[in-house]
Amino acid sequence: MKIWPIFKKEMRLYFTSPVAWVIIAVFLFLAGLMFYAAVGYYTRASMQAQMNPMGGGLNVNDGILRPLFSNFFIILLLMMPLVTMRLFAEEQRSGTLELLLTYPVRDGAVLLGKFFAAVTLYTVMIALTLLYPVMLWYFAPIEWGMVLTGYMGLLMLGMTYIAVGVFASSLTENQIVAALVSFGVLLTFWLVGWLSDLADPMVARLLQHLSLPEHNDSFAKGVFETKDVIFYVNFTLVALFLALRSLEARRWKG
Amino acid sequence: MIEVQNLTKHYGPITAIRDVSFRVAPGEIVGFLGPNGAGKSTTMRILACFMPASGGSAKVAGYDVFAESLEVRRRIGYLPESVPLYTDLRVAPYLEFVAETKGVPRSDRKKRVAEAMERCRIADVQNRLIGKLSKGYRQRVGLAQAIVSDPAVLILDEPTIGLDPKQITEIRELIKSLAGDHTVILSTHILPEVSMVCSSVVIIAQGPIDSLVEQFFPTARVEVEIAAPSPAAVRDALRVIPGVVAVSDLPGSDGIGRYVVESSRGRDVRGEVFQLAAQQRWDLRELRRIGMTLEEVFLHVVAGEQTRAEEST
Repeated sequence: MKIWPIFKKEMRLYFTSPVAWVIIAVFLFLAGLMFYAAVGYYTRASMQAQMNPMGGGLNVNDGILRPLFSNFFIILLLMMPLVTMRLFAEEQRSGTLELLLTYPVRDGAVLLGKFFAAVTLYTVMIALTLLYPVMLWYFAPIEWGMVLTGYMGLLMLGMTYIAVGVFASSLTENQIVAALVSFGVLLTFWLVGWLSDLADPMVARLLQHLSLPEHNDSFAKGVFETKDVIFYVNFTLVALFLALRSLEARRWKG
Repeated sequence: MIEVQNLTKHYGPITAIRDVSFRVAPGEIVGFLGPNGAGKSTTMRILACFMPASGGSAKVAGYDVFAESLEVRRRIGYLPESVPLYTDLRVAPYLEFVAETKGVPRSDRKKRVAEAMERCRIADVQNRLIGKLSKGYRQRVGLAQAIVSDPAVLILDEPTIGLDPKQITEIRELIKSLAGDHTVILSTHILPEVSMVCSSVVIIAQGPIDSLVEQFFPTARVEVEIAAPSPAAVRDALRVIPGVVAVSDLPGSDGIGRYVVESSRGRDVRGEVFQLAAQQRWDLRELRRIGMTLEEVFLHVVAGEQTRAEEST
């Protein structure tokens, strides 16, 4: 499997073009605003709690990082389709896929090379936000285990975003269509959680189970729950499998 | 080295190629000729394993392009007509990527890339972004990516299109230098290119050879030279021979009395022409059937292509 050369090429393309830099910059800017807001609210709340004899029980993990992470889910939901849209669509539009597919590389290797390149870019994005818990740690005691599971949840969720994006990109040569399709699919799996409140209990359980953010609660609470890991991994694998099929179809279709 | 049998490809209701068959011996340079839309690119795409054929089979280096595509792809270098390149990469890193993907061992990689760049004369732009290169340089980068892994078979779709005359000569020299160790298929519609570079030719045109002949020579033709006092009278007399559809002066022979007599296909009017001349006491100096050899068809196809190309530019 020649994943490595494809991976390197994709990383080069992300970083020699402005794509990666702009994505990282915009993400960090927005994340910084959200962090600032979260810290601001938390300080205000803790000052009020000081006045209140019944107050207390506040900690930065629950008070700042958890809301911050759920905010991240939303910006990433908007941004990741833009990171993944070019992976196959651009190559189809420019014709480079024609060359790439005539190189002695398996379709699976091309797919994984691209997938891991996007995952790496994503990891860089979220890793840079590690600065926030480090800053908080300077001022307040922090539960590092919870931070760790929080980031693992973020990573798992990101992988599903990327896998869906890669699949959407493999379907079309139009990058905007690819971005819209992946955004639509992801948002659908986001919204099923809300719909579950309206459905009858059996369906509700199913819908809740399919909901993407639902499975992140345990990570946010500092729990490493196997069933949630399995959910994200399966979701990723199914999306990648579909992408592989859509790539392979090119070789079969008359 | 390459064996193609009854290769057929449909795009929906459109048939791009039908029953294309040919074989190429190792070390040969073969030119693909044919009018636009005849299926040159389609055939090459199938050989390069980019897309499957609808029917027939193709083997490269003994491997089937469909069933053993990976083995075939290890042995080919392909340059599509549009020369698709990653515009955001620099030349040298791009060629290194290609070499690595094509399985050139790490120890050889730098050397092969340098060699390919030197052969294609792009060493001076190796640190430039591909997107910033001129068309001629891009074409050569495309060629370099095809030869960087030193493949046994090269499939080049219009490798000299869009280049200036000096570059064209260079590329032709380069391709010629590849013969022997490499088997090369290149498509072109420039006749001199074929005679200069290629050792043999494959003509691809819509439909089988017979219909190709018919397409360019819808009538049977006879060349006649008759010396007579009045050329007009000769022309009129020839025209009334049963089966004759047209009589024209042979191009550039005004007044000498050379004519081309066209009759419906399958009818030989030579006897009648002779009888006519004898009857009228004209001197019949030459009477010859114009052959419909493949060479002539080929010349026609190519000449037609060329004039069309000139008209469009």
